[in-house]
Amino acid sequence: MIEIDRVTKRYGAATVVDDVSLVIPRGGVTALVGANGAGKSTLLSMIGRILHPDSGTVRVDGMDVARTQSAVLARRLSILRQENQVAVRITVRELIEFGRFPYSSGRLTGEDVAAVDRAIEYLQLEEFANRPLDRLSGGQRQRAFIAMVLAQDTGYLLLDEPLNNLDMRHAAQAMSLIRRMAEELQKTVVVVIHDINFAAYHAGRIIAMKDGRIVADGPPETVVSPSILSDVFDIDVPVHQVEGHLPSTSAPPPATAPSRRRRPQPCPARCANHPLMRAPLPASLPRHRHRPVHIKAVAGAAMIYRWGTAR
Amino acid sequence: MSPKGHFAPRRACTTIAVLAAILGICVALFMTYDLKGSLDYALELRGRKVAGMAIVGFAVAYSSVLFHTATHNRILTPSLMGFDSLYILIQTLAAYFLGTTTFLLIDVRLRFGIEVVAMLAFAALLYRWLLGRGGRDVYVLVLVGIIMGTMFSSLTELVMRMIDPNEFSRLQDRLFASFSTINQDLLAVSAIAVAATTIISWPMLNRLDVVALGEEHATNLGVDHQRLVSRSLFVVAVLVSVSTALVGPVAFLGLLVANLAYQLTGTFRHRYTVPAAGLLGMIALIGGQFVLQEILEFKTRLSIIISFIGGIYFIFLLYREARK
Ligand SMILES: Nc1ncnc2c1ncn2[C@@H]1O[C@H](COP(=O)(O)OP(=O)(O)O)[C@@H](O)[C@H]1O
Ligand SMILES: [Mg+2]
Repeated sequence: MIEIDRVTKRYGAATVVDDVSLVIPRGGVTALVGANGAGKSTLLSMIGRILHPDSGTVRVDGMDVARTQSAVLARRLSILRQENQVAVRITVRELIEFGRFPYSSGRLTGEDVAAVDRAIEYLQLEEFANRPLDRLSGGQRQRAFIAMVLAQDTGYLLLDEPLNNLDMRHAAQAMSLIRRMAEELQKTVVVVIHDINFAAYHAGRIIAMKDGRIVADGPPETVVSPSILSDVFDIDVPVHQVEGHLPSTSAPPPATAPSRRRRPQPCPARCANHPLMRAPLPASLPRHRHRPVHIKAVAGAAMIYRWGTAR
Repeated sequence: MSPKGHFAPRRACTTIAVLAAILGICVALFMTYDLKGSLDYALELRGRKVAGMAIVGFAVAYSSVLFHTATHNRILTPSLMGFDSLYILIQTLAAYFLGTTTFLLIDVRLRFGIEVVAMLAFAALLYRWLLGRGGRDVYVLVLVGIIMGTMFSSLTELVMRMIDPNEFSRLQDRLFASFSTINQDLLAVSAIAVAATTIISWPMLNRLDVVALGEEHATNLGVDHQRLVSRSLFVVAVLVSVSTALVGPVAFLGLLVANLAYQLTGTFRHRYTVPAAGLLGMIALIGGQFVLQEILEFKTRLSIIISFIGGIYFIFLLYREARK
């Protein structure tokens, strides 16, 4: 459980996160939405102890992140930042191997290597694995950073705009992957996301921020409404419902019309007993959430995704 | 190690092995070339020189690599930010107030102690003042270091203008590193200091790899960035103070060997760059001294030549950075 208790962050006179309190229970995907500058990254960084709040506390599994040993937290909580650079020349594989540092302290065991291999496979980075990071496209690099966080294999994942630079297919696959990790392995994912459609489709809870405060918080059915969205984003957002309910499998939404090319499956069937995701699955856990309606919010007329139709 | 291209720095390992072999050859040549007179005496004299150069070469190289990682910057070295100029200032002030003859009469151990303590105090002040106040900005530290260095140099210049010309020429002699007149007691003390700091700091090399990725990555991976940076800077201060007090400043040597080590090993992993840089530092001094003395029969000090080459390399690095 992540407990955020009256957290405030100021830069000079500007209060960028303003007395935010929030509880995020274990398991599930929580989407953090809001306009640029709303304070999403700042809040996420404070949860991930990369920034220190001016006041308030953040606890993860009851541990105050400001006081707990960083090395202990690194096995429970990982954060992918919005902007990622590394100061040194490094290959994709080396970068992902650093995701195992909290366990291996630099000396990889067989288990570490296996976790790295799986992360590479999940993000389809095999062909780039030995390439220096600075010789990749922005989207390929972003996938490498996601893979690094996956290899870290923590119960809590804080992802700040993980879909940055990803093409439609990889964005859809990454989102499905994130969601399956949450559903099947009870990982707790907090993801900053700009695409309200993605948020509505994949998240069980949407938190909307504006000017450093939380202005809406709830399941997509309540948050994704024209009045709330127009308040959050200062723009009229018509909301349409597409299809009455979710597909009953977790197949990723086709990003484009099904093409003749075989669409790679991002998450193979053995996903559930994947050791990347070591936590055992409780038998009682429903495999997939059934949400009564599938809401689709479209800004303007740009209706590009047709989710919930073809599988 | 996994077969799938898992980080297996073969090139780095090869580099280190080759460098070790080269160092072995350099030492053997230096010790045995053209031995004349009393064998025991000559060997002991040369052995002492080799030991001094090895200590300094390693200390300068190791401290430069640590400094580069701590500051996320590869074109500065501790000697360029105040340490060398402080040493020179101390020497100049001593020459001015005591006269070089008196200064040289002081017990070398005392002199060594004073110099080390002065430089450590400078480092402690600098670090404490800048890193202690929650100001975690290493760039400010570097900037202030450079400004202090400039200030020390200006002060030195001022004092030098007031110095007696005879004193001045004797002083000049002390301002470039010299390996021919290393005191045996100091050698032992320095060796112990450098070895102890190295052994104590060695286990943090893996975590320094993470520090090199950047502060946010380090935090995410559970490495206390600030603490490691402070510790590295402390190690740097000890190594630089000891080696400078032992032989004098060798500006640019660290810059040269550290960057060569990065290039030759092709990695930033400290387990490889530190040994490679250390070996290069020792080779540069021992091999360089040998070539200079025995082959070219130059009378110029090696440290002057190294500063010259290092200075050119520094300009090359600046140029390359600017083009990026
Ligand atoms: N280091 C900083 N110094 C001053 N202001 C900052 C700093 N970082 C962020 N801000 C400001 O804080 C606000 C929130 O930023 P951020 O959390 O990154 O927003 P977003 O919701 O887009 O992720 C923005 O107005 C930004 O300008
Ligand atoms: Mg942001």
